[in-house]
Amino acid sequence: MARVELVGLTKRYGQTTAVDTVSLAIPDGTYCCLLGPSGCGKTSTLRMIAGHERISAGDIFIGDTVVNDMTPVQRGTAMMFQSYALFPHLSVTDNVAFSLHMKGVDKSTRRRRAAEMLERVHMERYAERLPGQLSGGQQQRVALARALITNPKVLLLDEPLSALDPFLRIKVREEMKRLQMELGIVFIHVTHSQDEALALADLAVVMNDGVVAQSGSVRQIFNEPTNAFVASFIGGHNVIPGDLIGRGRVDVAIRADHIDIGQAAPGETSLQGTVRMVEYQGTNVHLRVRGPAATDILVIKSEDAFDRDPVNVGQAVTLRWVATAARELH
Amino acid sequence: MLRENHPRSFWALLLLFVVFVLFLYGPTITITILSFQGPEGGLTFPMRGFGTSWFTQVFQAQSVGDIGGSFERSLILGAIVCLTTVIIAFMAGLAFRLRFKGSSILFYIVIASLIMPSIVISLGIGSLFELLGIERNWFSSGIGAHLTWTLPFGLLVMLAVFNRFDRRLEEAGRDLGASRFQVVMHVILPVVAPALVGVGLFGFTLSYDELARSSQAMGALNTLPLELQAMQTNATTPVIYALGTLTTAVSLVVIAVSLSLVLLLRARRARRSSI
Repeated sequence: MARVELVGLTKRYGQTTAVDTVSLAIPDGTYCCLLGPSGCGKTSTLRMIAGHERISAGDIFIGDTVVNDMTPVQRGTAMMFQSYALFPHLSVTDNVAFSLHMKGVDKSTRRRRAAEMLERVHMERYAERLPGQLSGGQQQRVALARALITNPKVLLLDEPLSALDPFLRIKVREEMKRLQMELGIVFIHVTHSQDEALALADLAVVMNDGVVAQSGSVRQIFNEPTNAFVASFIGGHNVIPGDLIGRGRVDVAIRADHIDIGQAAPGETSLQGTVRMVEYQGTNVHLRVRGPAATDILVIKSEDAFDRDPVNVGQAVTLRWVATAARELH
Repeated sequence: MLRENHPRSFWALLLLFVVFVLFLYGPTITITILSFQGPEGGLTFPMRGFGTSWFTQVFQAQSVGDIGGSFERSLILGAIVCLTTVIIAFMAGLAFRLRFKGSSILFYIVIASLIMPSIVISLGIGSLFELLGIERNWFSSGIGAHLTWTLPFGLLVMLAVFNRFDRRLEEAGRDLGASRFQVVMHVILPVVAPALVGVGLFGFTLSYDELARSSQAMGALNTLPLELQAMQTNATTPVIYALGTLTTAVSLVVIAVSLSLVLLLRARRARRSSI
């Protein structure tokens, strides 16, 4: 079994601690996303799992083996690098066949196996091209083929979609998810995009300042953020001081699409404010409302709901939501 | 219709450029023409007839000097210096990425030999060998003298190249199971190969035409620039021009070979991608 477990994993660079005693269990066959802003330690964590960064303290298990001092090949991991790091002097085929070449597999066998792998990622037509002659999306496929030909137990992906344009990103991310389900191996995918993590992850791990801020299923994280950082980073939430709504000295998170405009019914909480911005976004309309104590509150309404009861900038409004929609944060 | 008119400054700068090019290549062209003087011709214009007799004379015994021998020595010396510079500059470039202890001091020591006057270095090597009682020779002290010139250049080029080298390529190599040695042979070396051709070209040409650093370090047998200098002081015939034309031709051939090497590398890539 190729589950991955991190136990007290720590990375220090001189005086600074990039990853601080992170513990995490990733079950076999999981698509795991490490999510967080730049500098949160997600890439260092990935690089330690990959074996490209020394561990300052802690252990990494793959299956039942401690892999701390093993080479990437011994670990059974393969890494897809940010901007892919394809070898510029080698053709697509030779890039994909590189690991077989290093193992001493003979030329005709490795070319055949590379061709099979290229077929799998629909790149057989470009087999003899150089990486410099490929588009970003094509390079991504080659990098994927080059990593998968090693039959990894764990595939590590460092911002694999960030070099692609937004349209392609969505298409490729579908393919990645499908591929992961077909292969049934652990994917660990580092990203700073919430959308990407929400769309892909079975297990989402939100990191901040070198520690895990929250981990769980994406629905858990989106619906039950446990702290202000996760609530604001994952997006679509308002974090407001609890004393504004009589909840005391805690912050609360309220989903922007759970807030409505109008007089509060019994069991609902209300807050007065002034509309500062109305932004049409197609399916939804985003409203920014300035509440008491200069708190900005985001309200997301569907286009239809907005049209039934439109508001204008500068208008005084009452915001309302069911009391249970406000989650206390710690 | 819009018309682009060059401003007056364009023509002024163009004139400056033409004068500069004339200044750069005029002497070479003059000497090339004069080397085809007829047998009765002298060291200056006008041309008295036209022929290649001075070229044949180059390789015959001269009253002074040994042109054939010094030419051969310069070529061999240039080749050795070229190869040594490429190997050491490559390895030093790899080493300097690690910021090892004392690396900046070592860097300045190496670069210092570029700043010091060549003649001082040559004198120093000469007197050091004298002091140690070792005979100076073109293939011992001579190689050393030339390396003091070519190695810092080579190192500077390789530092610039490795500065831009994407270290993720190496990590990708390691990730795919390459040993450290395999990473060097299959990833680093091919990627920096064009720069190494450049370093080799530098090494050869710097050595081939070096005079000042050679002056006290070569011992009994001269290299071609030394031989030329000796001849120049008492030359009376256009044979020295013929020799100048020949050495210029050698330099051009070396450049042509290097360029075709680079083009060949490019063509190989292009051919691979023709499908």
